[in-house]
Amino acid sequence: MALPPLDSPQWNSRWLAFGWGLRSVTQTILTLVLFATYLGIGALAHDTHFSLLWALCSTLFVWAGPAQIILITTLGSGATIIQSAIAVTVSAIRLFPMVVSVLPLMRTPTTKRRELFFAAHLTAVTLWVECHRFLPQVPRERRIAFVNGLGFGLVSVCLTANTVGYFLAANLTQTLGAAILMLTPLSFLFSTARNSREAADVVALALGVLLYPLAAKMNSGLDILVSGLVAGTIAYGVHWWRAVRA
Amino acid sequence: MSYAQLIGDWQALVVLFVAGVVPNQIWRMLGLWFGGGIDEGSELLVWVRAVATAILAGVIAQIVVQPPGALASVPDALRYGAVAAGLVVFLLTRRSIFAGVVTGEVFMLAGKWWLG
Repeated sequence: MALPPLDSPQWNSRWLAFGWGLRSVTQTILTLVLFATYLGIGALAHDTHFSLLWALCSTLFVWAGPAQIILITTLGSGATIIQSAIAVTVSAIRLFPMVVSVLPLMRTPTTKRRELFFAAHLTAVTLWVECHRFLPQVPRERRIAFVNGLGFGLVSVCLTANTVGYFLAANLTQTLGAAILMLTPLSFLFSTARNSREAADVVALALGVLLYPLAAKMNSGLDILVSGLVAGTIAYGVHWWRAVRA
Repeated sequence: MSYAQLIGDWQALVVLFVAGVVPNQIWRMLGLWFGGGIDEGSELLVWVRAVATAILAGVIAQIVVQPPGALASVPDALRYGAVAAGLVVFLLTRRSIFAGVVTGEVFMLAGKWWLG
């Protein structure tokens, strides 16, 4: 499927643009990755004793895979609400630069802030990547409707995946249940590795994985924050050192 | 499937909003309100991104090292082996997420079947 040319009557209404955004969901491999990830999140929610409604609400209102997994694993392993909230909010800081960089792509001189509300809510790594790919092919005054359609489609795919994953975890044999739970760490590891452009990103990812077991031995309840801060700061040090040398 | 599994209690939903929705959403709304004059390449944001990546890496490690639910039935060596095998194929296929995930899954399932 190719999008219609910029001057096509196919862009004449907002609803048509919404429909093109919706259909673009089928045009990206990331939809499949998201499906696998949210299948895993549904299974994870089941195995850590959250309800299906809870899992669906987290997808609808949080709409950030890493934050959802952090929330489920920390609460599930007995962290306090404050500890979970801190881990979630630190993981979510990256959404700030994403929103800041993606909204100007859709803004026109007459755009009001509230028209961008849903686009801001829908912004997460997948939408951010796809906006940079698709939006140059969409007339500027139809971009908000297009992004809303694309985001609506992605959220629907993920809600379906959550439900399927939840029921599979409840009904499958232990081995297949384990296979679905394993989708989450695998898909996150490789999609994060794929998005790593700089040496600092790779260092943060690798050290973050390796330092966690050490931090967990301290048993402070803040394991993930400790290993994340140390590994992230060392990675920043690598970035700084390379910039100074260059 | 019981009522508790489908709907659950309202306290859990309150915890979801307090510990999950608000701390996550606040950054998007800040981006929407104050988006104008921030340089995406600023040093502070580079550090923030590195810490966020490392926290996510820690979560990935936590699921593999201290597995929840059914995943705990898989021996340690098989889980670590699945990640390692997936990583090797991911790198060999010029960073194909799909190939890496499928390899990790096949490795774990084959190992589980072989061990009986």
